[in-house]
Amino acid sequence: MSINRQPYLDNIMNRFKGNVVVAKGSLENEIYISTNKENLDDVCTYIHKTFQSPLSSIICNDERSLNKNFTIYYVFSLPDKDLFFIVFIPVSEQQPDFPSITPHIPAAHWYEREIKDMFGLEPVGHPDPHTLVLHGNMPANTYPLRKDFATNTRLPHIESKLPFARVDGEGVFEIPVGPIHAGIIEPGHFRFSAVGDTILYLDAKLFFTHKGTEKLFEAMPYTKALFLAERICGVCAASHATGYCQAIEKVAGIEIPPRAKFIRTIILELERLYNHIGDVGNVCIGASFLMCGSHGFRMREHIQQLNETICGNRYLRGMITIGGVRFDIHDDLKKHILDLLDRVKTDFKELVEIMFTSSSFLDRIETTGRLSLEHAKGLGVVGVPARASGICRDTRRNHPYAAYSEIDFDIPVYHDEGDVYARVKVRVDEVYQSMSIIEQCFNKMPEGSIKTSLKEFPPYKQALSYVESPRGEDIYWIMTAPNNMLYRYKVRSPSFCNWPSIPYTIPGNIVPDFPLINKSFELCYSCTDL
Amino acid sequence: MFTKFQKSLQTGVVTSHYPKEKDYAPFRFRGRIEIDNERCKQCNVCVEVCPTNAYTWIEDKDKRYLQLDHAKCVFCGMCEEACSYRAIRITNDFELAATHKDGLLVKAGLDKTASVEELGMKLKEKIFSVFRRSLHVREVDAGSCNGCEWEVVALYNSPIHDLQRFGIDMVASPRHADCLLVTGPPTRNLETALIKTYHSTPEPRMVVALGACACSGGIFQDCYATKNGIDNVVPVDVYIPGCPPRPQAIIYGFLLALERIDK
Ligand code: SF4
Ligand code: SF4
Repeated sequence: MSINRQPYLDNIMNRFKGNVVVAKGSLENEIYISTNKENLDDVCTYIHKTFQSPLSSIICNDERSLNKNFTIYYVFSLPDKDLFFIVFIPVSEQQPDFPSITPHIPAAHWYEREIKDMFGLEPVGHPDPHTLVLHGNMPANTYPLRKDFATNTRLPHIESKLPFARVDGEGVFEIPVGPIHAGIIEPGHFRFSAVGDTILYLDAKLFFTHKGTEKLFEAMPYTKALFLAERICGVCAASHATGYCQAIEKVAGIEIPPRAKFIRTIILELERLYNHIGDVGNVCIGASFLMCGSHGFRMREHIQQLNETICGNRYLRGMITIGGVRFDIHDDLKKHILDLLDRVKTDFKELVEIMFTSSSFLDRIETTGRLSLEHAKGLGVVGVPARASGICRDTRRNHPYAAYSEIDFDIPVYHDEGDVYARVKVRVDEVYQSMSIIEQCFNKMPEGSIKTSLKEFPPYKQALSYVESPRGEDIYWIMTAPNNMLYRYKVRSPSFCNWPSIPYTIPGNIVPDFPLINKSFELCYSCTDL
Repeated sequence: MFTKFQKSLQTGVVTSHYPKEKDYAPFRFRGRIEIDNERCKQCNVCVEVCPTNAYTWIEDKDKRYLQLDHAKCVFCGMCEEACSYRAIRITNDFELAATHKDGLLVKAGLDKTASVEELGMKLKEKIFSVFRRSLHVREVDAGSCNGCEWEVVALYNSPIHDLQRFGIDMVASPRHADCLLVTGPPTRNLETALIKTYHSTPEPRMVVALGACACSGGIFQDCYATKNGIDNVVPVDVYIPGCPPRPQAIIYGFLLALERIDK
């Protein structure tokens, strides 16, 4: 399945001659491109445009103890082949800045602000210089992800005010919402500038749930950090655990047993199922269609109870482990799973039938919260919202992992729509796909062991790992340290890419539609804020 | 219209009967941890593997005892797996909530977990009998991973658990609430919001810490961006451990808070 990297290497080398050093990564789907600050923008823009490669992540790493520099890695992924380009530049402590690529690649804007907050490196030329993660309540010159900052540092709380953009004019008023909301949802702060019921502009501030997760990863041995990975996000626990375990398995060079691959796939699809079914119910609740909402939550509950039977936790925590999985799925359990899914399938079909024939519900969701293909592409939107806006991108297909290369499944894509309705339709279609994937896994799953053990944990090795969670593409980048510790573990969650697109979907809609639009994106705060 | 009625009628009543009827968590569920002091050889393995430092040694009259804090535990099951003397047993009992943090400690060889009656003492002195029949709750996310939130949603929105059957309702504003249900370690960026919310809640008010994070900081403890438990910021009346606690465990916590549990 591996792809021939040589043509790509030659292409980049010819274009930039002496300004870049190109090398194959140790993993067969990575190409590393070393360059400098002067050429960074050109190289990135060239790869982005020529290969139509979306930006997947930007990772900053404090490597001063190794080579006296900070290093910034820019990850691009080919849209149709399993290949990643990783462009990297050194940034010295004496000159702590780097050129912003945001003017040419808008998807980079949050990453660069995050690096400014966490490492104290200035993105020169960035259109928005404001703090993103730390809310300005830390003392000046404290940069948590630098190595000379201790994890458990206790810092005084500095009074700060966050800047907000607003619309002025006759009849325009501002509605502030959050961070403590009326519903049972995560905390964010939103300011709507509205005339009557119609929203003109939305400014959102997030990162209230910033827990220092990435710093904590560096303070734990890799065996314990697995449980932190499971808690990056409550409802994508299995995806984050898989991403983490794959990263460790890659640096350690181990292959997990085939049976474990299939069990992982089943678990990941169960996660997608309970999320998607719950999300469909949640959109109904957002549109005040409570009866369908209740049915959605009831089905979700059935699947979560099944999860608890499979691995002892309703959120599938404790199932995925380094080297495989912790519990086997024997025949009784298999029968139980398939029976339940069969029932839920019929149940869900009836629910969808009721939803999509109810004109008052359709009236709320059709044309609401439209995300154009142009915005989706420019901002690097991933997952369900991307597919609802016409981008055919799914990590399970583009960069297969677990047992996905051995399974047949369709990727639902809706062109020229991008509204709440399209996002619901993508989820509905994916529910049936997930059920079929689980069935196929059970049919193809070989007997055998479910776990291999790790012999050694090599220091200073890097790897990318990726998973398609229910919300979209998760990208992880790992660098190991001696003594079973991690040097850096960067998590790029789908919500981190999708949040910035929300303000573009809101203007022109009415205030009561905001929760509905937000629910249709199903964005997570915890894995964005980290 | 007809199809909607038909669907609901076909589905029938799905609400669970907990706590009237006992609910048994599945076999693989990881709940209350028991330590068998006879078997414990003090090898320290459990202390080493635990990701949240839930185990400590305590010295008492020249003897060493293993102590476990359920408030910190994220129920990963590693300690049970690692102990080669089978001194640690993870049961599927999920009714762990307590009104005092000491009630969450397991001290091998010293005594059993403090009894609920004892713990109820602190509450009795308080005014919570006022809330006996109805309780209005404002949920506050002080930086959770969203897991605990989803369990509250499951309690409230799903007809299976149907929290309202206990007279407990979720309200939109702290000003309408008798009780704050707080999740998260809490984070630095939400501390001010949590304090403001607490002061916006009319007295008498009650605070419930939900999940390992709120009880102790959980897996996010000892970090620049978090505090080790919400009781470092606001006073707490009931602790519900778990990561996340299953809906039935939350119901148990509420009923304990309302003194509706007879033990
Ligand atoms: S089950 Fe609890 S006490 Fe045991 S290792 Fe895990 S977190 Fe620690
Ligand atoms: S206790 Fe566990 S489930 Fe709850 S917020 Fe913390 S990490 Fe998430």
